[in-house]
This record gives sequence, C-alpha cells and structure tokens, in this order.
Amino acid sequence: MNKARRNPLNTALAHVVLITYTVIALFPVFVILINSFKTRKAIFREPLAMPNADSFSLIGYQTVLKQGDFFLYFQNSMIVTVATLFFVLLFGAMAAFALAEYRFKGNTLMGLYLALGIMIPIRIGTVAILDLMVSTGLVNTLMALILVYTAQGLPLAVFILSEFMRQVSDDLKNAGRIDGLSEYTIFFRLVLPLVRPSLATVAVFNMIPIWNDLWFPLILAPAEATKTLTLGSQVFIGQFVTDWNAVLSALSMAILPVMILYMIFSRQLIRGITSGAVK
Amino acid sequence: MTALKLTNVCKSFGEVEVLRDINLEVEDGEFVVFVGPSGCGKSTLLRVISGLEDATSGTIEIGADIVNQVSPSKRGIAMVFQSYALYPHLTVRDNMALALKQERKPKDEIAERVAEAARMLSLGDYLDRRPSELSGGQRQRVAIGRAVVREPKLFLFDEPLSNLDAALRMNTRLEIARLHRQLSASMIYVTHDQTEAMTLADKIVVLKDGHVEQVGAPIEVYNNPANRFVAEFIGSPAMNFIPAERLGGVAGQQIGVRPEYSKIGETGRIEGQVIHVEKLGGDTNILVDVGSSSTFTARMFGQYEIETGSHIGIDFEDAHCLRFDAQGNRV
Ligand SMILES: Nc1ncnc2c1ncn2[C@@H]1O[C@H](COP(=O)(O)OP(=O)(O)O)[C@@H](O)[C@H]1O
Ligand SMILES: [Mg+2]
Repeated sequence: MNKARRNPLNTALAHVVLITYTVIALFPVFVILINSFKTRKAIFREPLAMPNADSFSLIGYQTVLKQGDFFLYFQNSMIVTVATLFFVLLFGAMAAFALAEYRFKGNTLMGLYLALGIMIPIRIGTVAILDLMVSTGLVNTLMALILVYTAQGLPLAVFILSEFMRQVSDDLKNAGRIDGLSEYTIFFRLVLPLVRPSLATVAVFNMIPIWNDLWFPLILAPAEATKTLTLGSQVFIGQFVTDWNAVLSALSMAILPVMILYMIFSRQLIRGITSGAVK
Repeated sequence: MTALKLTNVCKSFGEVEVLRDINLEVEDGEFVVFVGPSGCGKSTLLRVISGLEDATSGTIEIGADIVNQVSPSKRGIAMVFQSYALYPHLTVRDNMALALKQERKPKDEIAERVAEAARMLSLGDYLDRRPSELSGGQRQRVAIGRAVVREPKLFLFDEPLSNLDAALRMNTRLEIARLHRQLSASMIYVTHDQTEAMTLADKIVVLKDGHVEQVGAPIEVYNNPANRFVAEFIGSPAMNFIPAERLGGVAGQQIGVRPEYSKIGETGRIEGQVIHVEKLGGDTNILVDVGSSSTFTARMFGQYEIETGSHIGIDFEDAHCLRFDAQGNRV
C-alpha cells in the first residue's frame, strides 16, 4: 500500500466523490421505484414524496400483470439476453484465444477487421439485416434478435478478451501442452478461468444495451409471441394518454433481472482472480 | 547412447534468426547446462527441443527417434518453467498426476508415482493444497515433481531458480543436483547465471546470439575459453583484458587474465590507481584503473587494507595469460 492511499483525508475525499456519484446515478431509479407504488394523482402532485397510506397504490403493478403477456415478454428478454451473452462470450473468447495464441498469416489483419466492428454501429445495416431475416424466415423469432446482438457484441468482446488472453502466462499453456492437454482443454480449463474477470466485464458491457434495446425488437420481432420487455412496455405509452402507473411499474420490474445478472457477474469480477498459479 | 541429438537446427521468427545452425549431443544421464546472456535464444532452443516451437530447419532426435513431427506430450520429455506454471485450479496431487491421467495410466500406478515424487521432494504434507497456498520454493518443487512423475527420457529446465531468493536458490540447486544423481536421468538446464552453470553441469554449452560458442566441461571452459566472449561470460568477477602491446606482445591482440591470478605489490607488470575495494570477508576485490579501456580487477584471497587512490602494481604469470586476436578468437 502506498502512503497516499492510506491517508484518511484522501480516503474520505474518494468516498465523498464516489458516494455523490452513486446518489446521482441511483436517483432516477429511486424516483421510478417510489412512484411505481403511488396513485396517479400522487405521482403528479409530489413526484419526490415517498408513498404513504394515502398515496400508496399497487394499481400500476396490477395493470401490468393483467395486461397481455407480461411474463412472456419477461421470458423473451431473458432468453435473448442470456443466449446472446453466452454466444458472445463463447465465440468472442475463442476468437480472442486464436488471435492471441496462434501465429498465422493474416492474424493482425483479422484482428483489425474484427475491431472495425467496434466503430461501425450495427444499426446502419438494419435494412440489409431485415432483408436477410425475411429471406431466411427468421423474422419474428427470438433467434433473429440473438443473432443480431451476438454480431453486435462480438467485436468489442474479441478486442477486450484478446488483450487479456495475451497476459495469460505462456508457460502455463505450454505446461499443459507438454502434459498432453488438447488445445480445447487448455482453452476451457486453463485460460478461461484465468480471464474470468474480463469475461464478466464483457458480459456487463453487453447485457444492458441488449436488455434495453427497442430498435431491433420493433423491427425484427414485433409479434406478440416474441415481444421483449422494452417493446411490451410500449403499450402503456400512448399517443394521447400514457398510463404512468403501468409504465413505472413495468420499468421497476424490468430492473430486477438485470440487477440479478449484474450481481452474478460482478461477484465473478471480484472473485475471479486465481492468484498463485504463476509466480 | 545419446539422449538428444540436434543437427543443424535453425529457428527464425519471420525475418529474425533466433537460432543459427545448432549442433549438439547430450549423452544418457548427462547434465547439460545452456548458458548465455538474456535474449540469446536459450528458451527458444529449449522450446524447439520440447516441440513447443517447430524448428525452421534441422533435425531433433530424442532417444534414437527423429521427433521433428512429434507433439510435445509424446516426445518423452518433461519441462520445468521459470514461472512454475502450475495449474491453479488443481491440487498439488492433481497437478502432478495430470500428465499420467492424460496418458491413461492405471490409478494405482499414478498414485504410487505421485507418492514417490512427493517423498523425494518432501511434498507429502502439501499434496491436498492448491498452488496459491504454497510458497515460491514449494511451488517450484511441485513443478519439479510434476516433471519427475512422468519419468521422462529428458528433463528440460528453463531458468527454474530465477524467481527464488538467494538462500532458496542454493537449496533448490542442491536438490536438483541430488535429483540428477538419484534418477540418473538426462537433463538440460537453461540459465543465465554462470554459478548455476558451473556448479551443476557435466557439460556447459555457451550460447550467444543463437549460436553455440563453446561446448565443454565447466572447468575446461573456464580454463580454456575458445574466445573472448566465453572468457568474459564465464567467471566472476569477469576476466581482465589488457592490450598485448603494453606487455610487449603483438599489436592488436588482447591478453586475458583471471582476477584470482593477480598478485599486488609496490610495482608490477602493470600499475595504476586503486579506484574501489570490495571487501567480501573471504576475499577482497581490488579495482584498479590501469589506463586501458576497462578497469583491472584483482581478486585476493583474505582481507586487505588498501586505500582507494593509492598507487599499486599488479603481477601475474605468463602461464595464466590467454591471448585473443582482434576478432576475439584465442591464439
Ligand atoms: N515468439 C517469438 N516471436 C518473435 N521473436 C521471439 C519469439 N520468442 C522469442 N523471440 C526472440 O528470440 C530471442 C531469444 O529469446 P529467448 O529464447 O527467450 O532468449 P533467452 O531465453 O535466452 O533469454 C529474443 O530476441 C526474442 O525477442
Ligand atoms: Mg529465457
């Protein structure tokens, strides 16, 4: 530990800054949460007041749960997000391993090509993607969304993961090769556990934009059976009247699953580092 | 029988030639040390022998078989790395057993061999621990144990002691020497530390820029270096070089004298000013500015009181002088 980090004044300052940031970041969430438990009148009269005996109401939640297939939307969002994360992490890590580990012709070029995807937003290709989905018959399937989000997530995943894979000790991989482990075993059993924190980072980066996305669900899978939560919540936002109770309740419930996923990954982030393997 | 034979081995990474035309034989049961400065290609040579890198050209024979196309795990070798490279998720026992499991050896044989290696390296108490729960020295012993259980035809060590502190380095060095006697296995040991090279080797291979400079028994290499590079690299403090003209020799040549062969007095064959004195207790190193490009180090046995700045002379016998031409070769 260096001196500056132990200085109580510095520690206090750092905490003040961090707590301020946390409060600012959490404030909107907090407002949504408290208002989702209030009557419509109370929401507009005093948006910042806590719900009390007078203003307390579960009307929003009741609407949401009665309305259509809220659980189906939930499930759709969950399937799309989890499946996408799985594929992004699996294929991203495999590509990153190949780029970091093997010397082959066009290695650098391939890396640059993959990195290019970070700079070009996938939405530019929406029309072409829609075309493709129509001709492959994937419109209004969750698979369409999973494929698009996987493509969207891979460039950054490969970029971040290959950087981390380069840091995994060559000696460890070589020891495995001498002991007769296959390249797959080396990848899955030796390398992946050591880059687990970076996998969690990539997962967190990818998860929230996918969960919140409205664009592709609206274009590629607007059918009732494949609606995601974000798209499903739109029914409460009308052109003339918006059912704020329902919108706030839907948003409150939508926070939960991402929060759970986030907690799973952030535990990995902290716990993942297996020290003592090397050095 | 030869345990290892390298014939005209070359290795390039793209344009960069890292190994140039290496020819070498290792006899059965021999302890061979590759020594050379950092970046001279020692590790690369070891990786080529183990099969982790393909040779660009040349043949590699282990036992009597050409193994150029054989995968590392099937070459009958085991390797110990500088960074230990233990599997973090496995216990000490499983770390040692993994290679045997991969070879599908029967369970009781695996258990027996692991127990034997653990006994040899006094690792019995740690078998159920993970690498993160061990000290550096213990980790390196586990890495050595992992090599021992495979009963390889050839052991490869890549600077196994570099990450250990001085006391532990000495102990582990002795342990490796003992292991070599017990197993009478062929071993190749890479180091940049010439003390390790001198103390462990049956045969030293001095490398420079991917090229073998000299092969020989440690004392032979010490007494009879083939060129100036070897003379300078082996021995500590390093050999002194004086232009031959100053001693009445041929112009352009250099005379090399080991520090311990010098005697000091009021006057001598060369004279100069003392610029530093290192008192090590057992011996004393006297650094003298004799007017040539580098300082002259005299190593005296015992303890001496000499003022820096004083003027002294240095004497040495002709029998202890080595001559090198302008290209650095022995004449
Ligand atoms: N994979 C590689 N690609 C390119 N150059 C390499 C590679 N591995 C080693 N080298 C180069 O080969 C030379 C010898 O390296 P190395 O065998 O590790 O030296 P040593 O072990 O003697 O310190 C170094 O100059 C290093 O830069
Ligand atoms: Mg090396």
